[in-house]
Amino acid sequence: MLIKRSSAHAVPLASEITPQAVYEERRQFIAKMALGAVAGSALWEMANREAFAQAAPGAKLAAKRNPAYSPAETLTPIKDATTYNNYYEFGTDKSDPAENAHTLKTRPWTVSIEGEVKKPMTLDIDSLMKLAPLEERVYRLRCVEGWSMVIPWVGYSLSNLIKKVEPTGNAKYIEFTTLADKAQMPGIRSRVLEWPYVEGLRMDEAMHPLALLTVGMYGQVLPNQNGAPVRMVLPWKYGFKSAKSIVKIRFLKDQPRTAWNVSAPSEYGFYSNVNPDVDHPRWSQASERRIGEDGFFQKKRKTLMFNGYPEVASLYAGMDLKKFF
Amino acid sequence: MAFNPTPKQFKVLKAVLFVLALIPFVRMVALTVMGAYPDPLAAITFTTGDWTLYFLVITLAVTPLRRLLKWNWLVRLRRMVGLYAFFYAFLHFTAFLWFDHFFDLVAMWKDVLKRPFITVGFIAFVLLIPLAVTSNNAMIRKLGGKRWQWIHRLIYLIAPLGILHYYWMKSAKNNIAQPILFGVIVAALLAVRLYWSAAKKAKAQAAGA
Repeated sequence: MLIKRSSAHAVPLASEITPQAVYEERRQFIAKMALGAVAGSALWEMANREAFAQAAPGAKLAAKRNPAYSPAETLTPIKDATTYNNYYEFGTDKSDPAENAHTLKTRPWTVSIEGEVKKPMTLDIDSLMKLAPLEERVYRLRCVEGWSMVIPWVGYSLSNLIKKVEPTGNAKYIEFTTLADKAQMPGIRSRVLEWPYVEGLRMDEAMHPLALLTVGMYGQVLPNQNGAPVRMVLPWKYGFKSAKSIVKIRFLKDQPRTAWNVSAPSEYGFYSNVNPDVDHPRWSQASERRIGEDGFFQKKRKTLMFNGYPEVASLYAGMDLKKFF
Repeated sequence: MAFNPTPKQFKVLKAVLFVLALIPFVRMVALTVMGAYPDPLAAITFTTGDWTLYFLVITLAVTPLRRLLKWNWLVRLRRMVGLYAFFYAFLHFTAFLWFDHFFDLVAMWKDVLKRPFITVGFIAFVLLIPLAVTSNNAMIRKLGGKRWQWIHRLIYLIAPLGILHYYWMKSAKNNIAQPILFGVIVAALLAVRLYWSAAKKAKAQAAGA
């Protein structure tokens, strides 16, 4: 296992990171060059220079790094984190969201908070972003497909919002609903999943400080393909549990019907905690490949229980995690 | 539609086909070397798998096309297309052994036994080996046409197994439009053969009566 443990220089400052548009430009250029198949290294360097000459920065989003969530791991390059995405509302290929999500309108945007709460409310995105101080946290992201990334997110603990709306004693679960608008999301036409995309947590999971209500990454507002303008990030669960582009949060008595669990209950459980000992029926979950880092010449790295966040283990004390996968 | 290339034209056609069939491979290597794939190992696995299926389908399409268009010379290109199917299948298998198991044969074998979609893909690959080995004139002479043909009819089993492998893999994510399309095409290519063989039998019976 190769984990780079080095100085703070390994983790670039938000301001040092190349804007995503620049990288997108670069990727398109690469694809075109590849048609010419065997381009020499001189041409390759030229391509780089050309792409970097046209900077188009995304909107900055200042936030202080929370030192408690600043692991000594190399950040995934922003170009990978913003061009290799699962966001089926914009298509099922990894490159589809980056290509198609420009049609998503993130302003105006409101999130309605309903159900078992004393103070239901509808918040617009700006007041939601001001509800608690934003902080930057570097989390590992483990996809159920067997790959992982390390991403600096910007947001605050979901518990801040939950406390504000004052759940009733009946609130046992929380449900997140993603926007489902055919006009903005070409993938909605496919029947891969039931729309809208719905995800959920048990109340104690939602209150855990790790559960991050997220509005930015890499020191910028969230790119559309990463779930703008507001999404969840739950680093101890497989990526699909973290709902993107949230329009509704409901507090419920009963466990919500979640998208992948409805689609294939034997393959995707409600909890879907990262667990190297519980295989997906089609593949092993014991190991993973870190995007942008792990290459051809080493074994896959071992996946850690709860993705290396043991602080959540007490939430599941006494539960059979093979049964509640 | 009667097009009959001269020997010289045929040579050119064959060379063009050889280069065309190599393009997906060259493109994949170029994109990998340039760092254009965020997950090159997954991209290589998927690309080689896709092109194995494409070439299997093209191989199966040769005989129906030849009969429909009366382009008998097409059959002389079939060996190359079939060998390309094996070439991409071999790369696909190597990617699995290398990237998923880092050449740990025991771990690979466990995976083959444990997961039905891999079992099926592995069987399809193993069945392709005798076809590739006997795809030369010396082996045809050695085996005799009848026995050689019997071996090569394994393709009727290999192609559906390959599609089942693809279908099972994709169904994990409910994303089955493409495997269904492959299935329909291969079913049609096999059905036309059944129809011809039934028609031939009926004709023979009529002649015998």
